Amino acid sequence: MDRPPMKVQELVAYWSSEPGPRKWIRVGMDTGGIAAGAREVHRALVETRDALKLEIDILKAGSPGLSYADPVVIVGDETGGTMILGNMDPEAAREWMRRQGSDVGTLLEDRIIASRDRGHTFSGQPQTKILVKDTNAPHKEDRTVFFQERIREELEIQGFAAQVHVHRAMDMGLYQKGICIQFLPSGVTYSNVTESDLGRIIGEGLGEGRVLEEWWETGEDPQERIVLRHCGQIDPEDFEAYLRAGGYRGLKRALLNMTPEQVIEEVKTSGLRGRGGAGFPTWLKWKNTREPAADRKIVICNADEGDPGAFMDRSVLEGDPHAVLEGLMIAAYAIGADKGFFYIRAEYPLAIERVQRALDQCRAAGLLGDKILGSDFSFDAQVRLGAGAFVCGEETALIASIEGRRGSPEPRPPYPSLKGLWGKPTAINNVETLAAVSAILDRGGEWYAGFGTETSRGTKVFAVTGKVRNPQLVEVPMGTPIRNVIEMCGGAGPGGRIKAVQTGGPSGGVIPRDKMDTPITYESLQALGSIMGSGGMLVMDESDSMVDVAKFYLGFCVDESCGKCAPCRVGGFQMLKLLEKIHSGNGKREDLETIGDICHCMKTASLCGLGQMAPNPVLSTLKYFEDEYLDLLDLGGAAARPNRRGRGTDRNLERV
Amino acid sequence: MQTQTELGKLLEWVEIMRGRIREIVREWADQEGNLIMMLHAIQNEFGYISRGAAGELAKETGISMARIYEVITFYHYFRVTPPGKHTLQVCMGTACYLKGAAALHKELERQLGILAAAGGGHDEFQLETVRCIGCCGMAPAVVVDAETHGRLCPGDMAQILHQKQKA
Repeated sequence: MDRPPMKVQELVAYWSSEPGPRKWIRVGMDTGGIAAGAREVHRALVETRDALKLEIDILKAGSPGLSYADPVVIVGDETGGTMILGNMDPEAAREWMRRQGSDVGTLLEDRIIASRDRGHTFSGQPQTKILVKDTNAPHKEDRTVFFQERIREELEIQGFAAQVHVHRAMDMGLYQKGICIQFLPSGVTYSNVTESDLGRIIGEGLGEGRVLEEWWETGEDPQERIVLRHCGQIDPEDFEAYLRAGGYRGLKRALLNMTPEQVIEEVKTSGLRGRGGAGFPTWLKWKNTREPAADRKIVICNADEGDPGAFMDRSVLEGDPHAVLEGLMIAAYAIGADKGFFYIRAEYPLAIERVQRALDQCRAAGLLGDKILGSDFSFDAQVRLGAGAFVCGEETALIASIEGRRGSPEPRPPYPSLKGLWGKPTAINNVETLAAVSAILDRGGEWYAGFGTETSRGTKVFAVTGKVRNPQLVEVPMGTPIRNVIEMCGGAGPGGRIKAVQTGGPSGGVIPRDKMDTPITYESLQALGSIMGSGGMLVMDESDSMVDVAKFYLGFCVDESCGKCAPCRVGGFQMLKLLEKIHSGNGKREDLETIGDICHCMKTASLCGLGQMAPNPVLSTLKYFEDEYLDLLDLGGAAARPNRRGRGTDRNLERV
Repeated sequence: MQTQTELGKLLEWVEIMRGRIREIVREWADQEGNLIMMLHAIQNEFGYISRGAAGELAKETGISMARIYEVITFYHYFRVTPPGKHTLQVCMGTACYLKGAAALHKELERQLGILAAAGGGHDEFQLETVRCIGCCGMAPAVVVDAETHGRLCPGDMAQILHQKQKA
């Protein structure tokens, strides 16, 4: 051990330490950011800073969630103001660094992502920047450049040109609202601005400091970042950065001020339910694991995020591994476990590396080991890797995998809370659940229960992808309508119209356009024939064939079926054959009946969730888009069209 | 004579492999739930899990060969044959699929076919599909030798192959 175990006073001292006023820039370095070139951006920043001998801190962080804008950097000044820049490249990074000292402004055109904290007043501050963006584009002609020029002229006329700079924004967080402008640093935002309004907006805004209600955009950011509270905010590899952000405050409270029963009671108050998809109450799982008498108990963090199209857990592990570890330690204390495992997909090397580092850091500081923080609680945790089997997200299969066997599920009961890993009582919680637990113990169950609905408390992270304009991670309170989540991401992609949204991955179903006002809760999604799932939200537009989508998901489940039980192994395969037959235009009406029978059989007789849920994509597309199946049956090959892909792809297909 | 030196080299290599596997086993021996972790370590070291390596692992740990093969063949991640010099992994996550991953795969197949017809070089590449790599924001994506390329169209495939061939 490098140092004596951390004392409570040391930990407390971190929570009140303030960093000095410095300029800084943070680079989002998660897998997505790195794939888009974040490493090169980081290197360019460091080289330029060192060459110019500038006093600017260059920090690393996880993803702030804005996948569409990767690589993303966040810039901060001495006054505490921050700004997000997207689509960075090394050249832009060098330029940003070079311009630091000058008064030309440090911004780069078409890269600024406007603040969602929209201001309510100018509060007497001098405004220094105006962002402008045509939010109707790219559906129509983009008028951003024209308006940038017009605003500049207006500033010139009214005598503000010297102190206010006008920049084109990359994204305003507002869509289909005409020309939008945002004043900085106040954040006052106007939408649907026309050319003739500019004189008044600038004269009264900059001259008299008056906010004009006519164009004022007050819409608050519907996001509530609890699980993602540190993602993009702190360096996930820097232990002290987590501590300074209030890290391990929840653990300290649990260990020193609460009994395990009180911890379980606190989680019960919060109403937290499992975020892996099934929504089992977390407190009940812990209580059930705490109760049986056993010589030892185990906690597992399920980070086998296998749903295609979902990357919430990866982002949390890469952006804030300590928050998950803290949650795991609290879970261990609550159930009385002395050993924990992170079961992580082998396909997530960066997440594995960062969790491993977090474990090492805690061990070195004595936050893992014997008598943590001077309490009687001793605990250690290790990483175990998956090996590319979707079924291992199922808890009994996951246990088999850690034990070194093939990942076949076992019939339940007995549940893992009674007989789990090596026959010992085991609690298995999802990444997002554990990240929420550390926040709940820090800020209280009542606070967490203040978000969401009666039955689905708190917030949920969604990875919104597919045919949406800005694929990204969002965290919203439960009960937010699906439509709002899609609109936060800019709605349909260029030229498209949304047809359906798919949640829950291969175990979930499609939700058609006319059901998009449904508030997101475990129950409401189930009523629509889908599930909450782990949080993948896939947007499909008019060009996507629902039969093809059903075939894709079913094909996934057939590939991933472990083969142990017949309904899943045989049923899935036969149904896939039928879907292929229909999709190729050779199906018969009776096939739909057979499909219905197979679905029923799989749902009722399969051993585990994989087989029971595999029919969901087929059933839900049949329910809402039966006409597409019927077209294929009646018209045969004439209606069989391949999925039309994204526009760019189509064009390029013709080219090659 | 030549075969003798080759045989010597092979034996030497087998000894190195054995030594490395013994080290891996020693490292993991007293850890709980170690089999899959040891298999990962072996694959990281040698690129795949050869029959010889599996046999050595069985001997060192006392776990039966049948059990080891049951595990290796169940999990997609483990290879029992040596990988190609370059791997091309087309992501078939849903987001990538919707945005044309199948077309990327088809184009890569076509380009490799062109290489083969033009006299070889195609066998340096190993083309596979993978389940969601979690870069859905950059769909469709292809991982080339652990480097992720995103927002691709079929027209980009030839260049990807060309760059790797030059490397």
